[in-house]
Amino acid sequence: MSRKGLINLRSLPSLVTLGLFLLMFGAGSLSFPGFFSLQNFLNLFIDNAYLLVLAVGMTLVIVAGGIDLSVGSMLALSTMLSSFLLERAGWKPGQVIPTVLAVGLALGAFMGYMIHAFSLPPFIVTLAGLYLARGLCYVVSIDAIGIKNEFWQGMANARIPAEAANSVSPSVIIALAVVAAGGFILRSTKFGRTIYAIGGNEQSAVLMGLPVARTKVGIYAISGFCSALSGIVFSFYTLAGYALNGRGMEMDAIATVVIGGTLLTGGVGGVVGTVFGVLVYGTIQVLIMFQGTLNSWWTRIAIGFLVFLFCLLQRVFEAGRGKSGKDGSAGPASC
Amino acid sequence: MSEQAPILEMKKIRKEFPGVLALSGVDFRLWKGEVHALMGQNGAGKSTLVKVLTGVHRHDGGEMLLEGRPIRPDSPLAAQKLGINAVYQEINLCPNLSVAENVFIGREPLRLGRIDWKAMREKAREVLGRLNLSVDVTRTLSSCSIAVQQMVAIARVLDSAAKVLVLDEPTSSLDEREVAQLFKVVRKLRDEGMAILFITHFLDQTYQIADRITILKNGEFVGEYEAAKLPKLELVAKMLGKELSEFSQASPGEGEKSRTASVSAGELLRARGLGRRGGVAPFDLDLDGGEVLGLAGLLGSGRTETARLLFGIDKADCGEISVKGKPAQIGSPRAAMALGIGFCSEDRKNEGIFAELSIRENLILALQTKLGAFRFIAPKRQVEIADRLIRELGIKTPSSSGEAKQLSGGNQQKVMLARWLATDPGILILDEPTRGIDVGAKLEIMEQILNLSRAGLGLLFISSEFEEVLRCSGRVAVFKDKALVAQLAGPEMTESGIMRTIAGGR
Amino acid sequence: MAFLRNLSRKKIFWPLAALVLLMCFNLFFTPNFFRVEIKEGHLYGNVIDILKNSAPIMFLAIGLTLVIATKGVDISVGSVVAISAGVVAMLIGGDLKGVPKNPILLSMAAAVLVATLAGMWNGLLVSRVGMQPVIATLILLVAGRGIAMVTTNAMVVWLYAKPFALLGQGYLLGLPFSLYMVAFLLLATMLVTRRTALGLFIEAVGINPTAARFAGINARNIVFWVYAFSGFCAGISGLVVCSTVMSADGNNAGDGYEMNAILAVVLGGTSMSGGKFYLMGSMVGALIVQTLTTTIYAFNVPPEIAFLVKAVVVWVVSLLQSPDLRSGMAGFLGRRSEGGKEAAA
Repeated sequence: MSRKGLINLRSLPSLVTLGLFLLMFGAGSLSFPGFFSLQNFLNLFIDNAYLLVLAVGMTLVIVAGGIDLSVGSMLALSTMLSSFLLERAGWKPGQVIPTVLAVGLALGAFMGYMIHAFSLPPFIVTLAGLYLARGLCYVVSIDAIGIKNEFWQGMANARIPAEAANSVSPSVIIALAVVAAGGFILRSTKFGRTIYAIGGNEQSAVLMGLPVARTKVGIYAISGFCSALSGIVFSFYTLAGYALNGRGMEMDAIATVVIGGTLLTGGVGGVVGTVFGVLVYGTIQVLIMFQGTLNSWWTRIAIGFLVFLFCLLQRVFEAGRGKSGKDGSAGPASC
Repeated sequence: MSEQAPILEMKKIRKEFPGVLALSGVDFRLWKGEVHALMGQNGAGKSTLVKVLTGVHRHDGGEMLLEGRPIRPDSPLAAQKLGINAVYQEINLCPNLSVAENVFIGREPLRLGRIDWKAMREKAREVLGRLNLSVDVTRTLSSCSIAVQQMVAIARVLDSAAKVLVLDEPTSSLDEREVAQLFKVVRKLRDEGMAILFITHFLDQTYQIADRITILKNGEFVGEYEAAKLPKLELVAKMLGKELSEFSQASPGEGEKSRTASVSAGELLRARGLGRRGGVAPFDLDLDGGEVLGLAGLLGSGRTETARLLFGIDKADCGEISVKGKPAQIGSPRAAMALGIGFCSEDRKNEGIFAELSIRENLILALQTKLGAFRFIAPKRQVEIADRLIRELGIKTPSSSGEAKQLSGGNQQKVMLARWLATDPGILILDEPTRGIDVGAKLEIMEQILNLSRAGLGLLFISSEFEEVLRCSGRVAVFKDKALVAQLAGPEMTESGIMRTIAGGR
Repeated sequence: MAFLRNLSRKKIFWPLAALVLLMCFNLFFTPNFFRVEIKEGHLYGNVIDILKNSAPIMFLAIGLTLVIATKGVDISVGSVVAISAGVVAMLIGGDLKGVPKNPILLSMAAAVLVATLAGMWNGLLVSRVGMQPVIATLILLVAGRGIAMVTTNAMVVWLYAKPFALLGQGYLLGLPFSLYMVAFLLLATMLVTRRTALGLFIEAVGINPTAARFAGINARNIVFWVYAFSGFCAGISGLVVCSTVMSADGNNAGDGYEMNAILAVVLGGTSMSGGKFYLMGSMVGALIVQTLTTTIYAFNVPPEIAFLVKAVVVWVVSLLQSPDLRSGMAGFLGRRSEGGKEAAA
């Protein structure tokens, strides 16, 4: 982040998130023996690699001022398709992965087209997408399908040494690659900057001659692609395809993006914040696990509360921005 | 200048919308290196003409020549490619992006397939430097003042091969210092050979910047003049569609009777030092029962802002109001209603009529809110009230159960007026109640205004049609450039009097 | 064309027509669809099942109709159903002998109160904080399920207190008891919205918020109470859901209901862009949704396929309501005629 302007207001929310993460991780380290370790930190990535992939796609959508509720179902569909094609249809991983990714891309692009071409509210279109993908899962198979494919098994068990005795899974590498790609798109491509422009003021973006239509369809296509990839990563983790996978995960993805400092109204945010958001999310889970007596569902309440807090923060932020704009616009001298 | 061929020529431009002839044979010529002001009242067709020029609308008749070649842009983008660019009052940029990016987005410099931020910032500094603007180009646009934003919008346009620059009311939300800054830029561009079409409501600004003035009225071409040779008074007269000689005979209307009471005691409404930054400068205003106070001025002169302050839509920064002798706090329209004030907005569509509700519901709504949700007016009673109002105001509709959007503009206006009459108000503020409606309806509305004042109501009547203001009002408050500049009564109350006040200094 | 346009203006016509069409389809393709038997003095049959099973969605649709009329939406209702079910189950308690821990009526009141508070929370965020409705209610959708699970200690709580079964399983005069509750809530809502000015105010706020403010309507309060009411309705729905299966499952109770309820409202003729609302239409909409589900069940395909059908229905309906599609088609026709003009000239 070389731009000076980014350090001040715009990166403030993601700095808050980083601070929150450090605080929580520190608190955990002080409270629970065995909490503070590099492996425990790396585990946050290993356990949430799929969520990170999902959240990067969601970041693009939200920066553009949209929302994609279909990602959890799309993830499930992707696990179902993968396991079905591998185990029942006997395809090779080299065929399965491109196919699954293409399906995600196509479904996402279709939703993007509906949203753009007919000015439908994104949440309605993608809510229907949520149901469509979930329904398609059951068309593939009603039951869960275990994956015995060697490549998948290999990916599940492989560990890449990170430092000394600590290691990460291949999925983490995939996730970090997606983060890097997302960051590159948002920061260094015309497509990415158009996403910010649309999120800032869609009408202006049109009047400024930017390719709004193409970009909007592209964003949802990328989100669909990320969901599909996330599903593959998820199936590396669970080695099964199941139609109930990823239920409610759209909310986790949205929550991590928001906690990462991306404005839900669009135009401000980025993938770095989202990484912090996922880390915060993972840390909450680990903390509740270490604590032992609390029900794991407290995670959701904590997440809901954090989303609320960040939304509130954003409102205050916006109100501040509105005010400064007003001060800037002076009419005739008065009083 | 005139010997050269104009860079842009619009000939006999005609534009029709369903049911409205927005432009009928309008001519407009623009030369290189001039600032050309387009003037006219509301509904004169300025914005339609600009929209035709910038490709938002397509003209139905006439032709447009750019450097001698006929053009017909079918989108703003197409117009931009031809070199015609527009900067609007509501700045069409992205507030969340940096200044540099707003200048270059869509045509960012690339290096190795990625955006070259460094080059972009440098180029942005360069372009803004051309406008004598030194601003940190990494700042987010929203943190810049409106004036700077305007200039960023201009800078964005400059970088492409611009030939014609349209500035549509760029100064409405700028303070004097900012206006001066903007004008410096405009002059610089003019001297560099840019052809600039400038639209503003501020008369003084027109004379500060414009070389030439074209006046439109009711979608028709009135004339093209050199600014230096057109006295301000004549400009105002022509905008209103009058010849100067007509003004010697004042038009004594019905308002004559109440005109004797030239000084108001302010027993109904009294405002002292009321004002709002960015809205209207502090003013004093008095209104008595049975009096019609006209608020005259051109569009954007601060009349509507005054009405909004009095009705509690905008909060005043300073000053005080008293109603019927008691000090009052008007913090919301509800509070204003409780004091017996009613307000008909000039923007029927967005601020007045509920298009999908029935006429009856539109009519009883204000009365119902006054009574509260639980003292429901029974449907039978609603019909009675609606029918009575429809009859009294002569609203033309087969029944009160039709949707309000089916009514004509004049009838919608009457519905809004009737909605307030149903609440039995003491004070009624009417903002351009006669705008965009036919002559017959206009007369009926003015008739109503006089009737109401005879019944003891105090009315504030806002109109750009000075003749109408004079016909109804006992006194006239004249607004200019967002300030109340004079209150006229008695013999001063003539159209020429109002115009001289507007044309004169503050 | 003009005939069709006139027909389409009568809002209740389209949902009814769709329902009738769906019924006709069943008449021909689903054996015994309309057979109603009398067993133990109660009516049994597919049609009765549809009515009974649509009750929980109908409660939600009543609340959501008003929310959507103000140009809002409440996607938290499914989670609030789970909370209400969880609260009532925990308060009545899982005593195997069927002795309630707390008085049943009091427990029910408490559950509905909690749900109403949840709705007020949504209302606060939308009307005071000024959040977009989708986002404001998203928060409760996320956290709500957590709250429900924490309430029930992440277990499925079974109930054995007989009287409580009346709500979801009982019959009165041969018809499911829950239908009487729906009818009561519907009537009460219609009375309150149509026999006071509240309905008019809600519509006014949804159609033109600025004009509503200028006419002196307190839009903030209206919006706040509408969300609170939606929470209240979700609370009642939760009671019935819990009573139907005599258990509270924080994870699954009310799952996906928000979608069905929104679909019911939109099918019933209330537009997502706010304004005029049609409570009766929403009820018909809920019946369509349930009939659709039942029809799919009857076809012996996995019931989950219903998801697919509903997704397609949502898309089609929102497309039909999209002003852009309409104006797009008009524009398409217009452009063609304009092109024709140019060609002629």
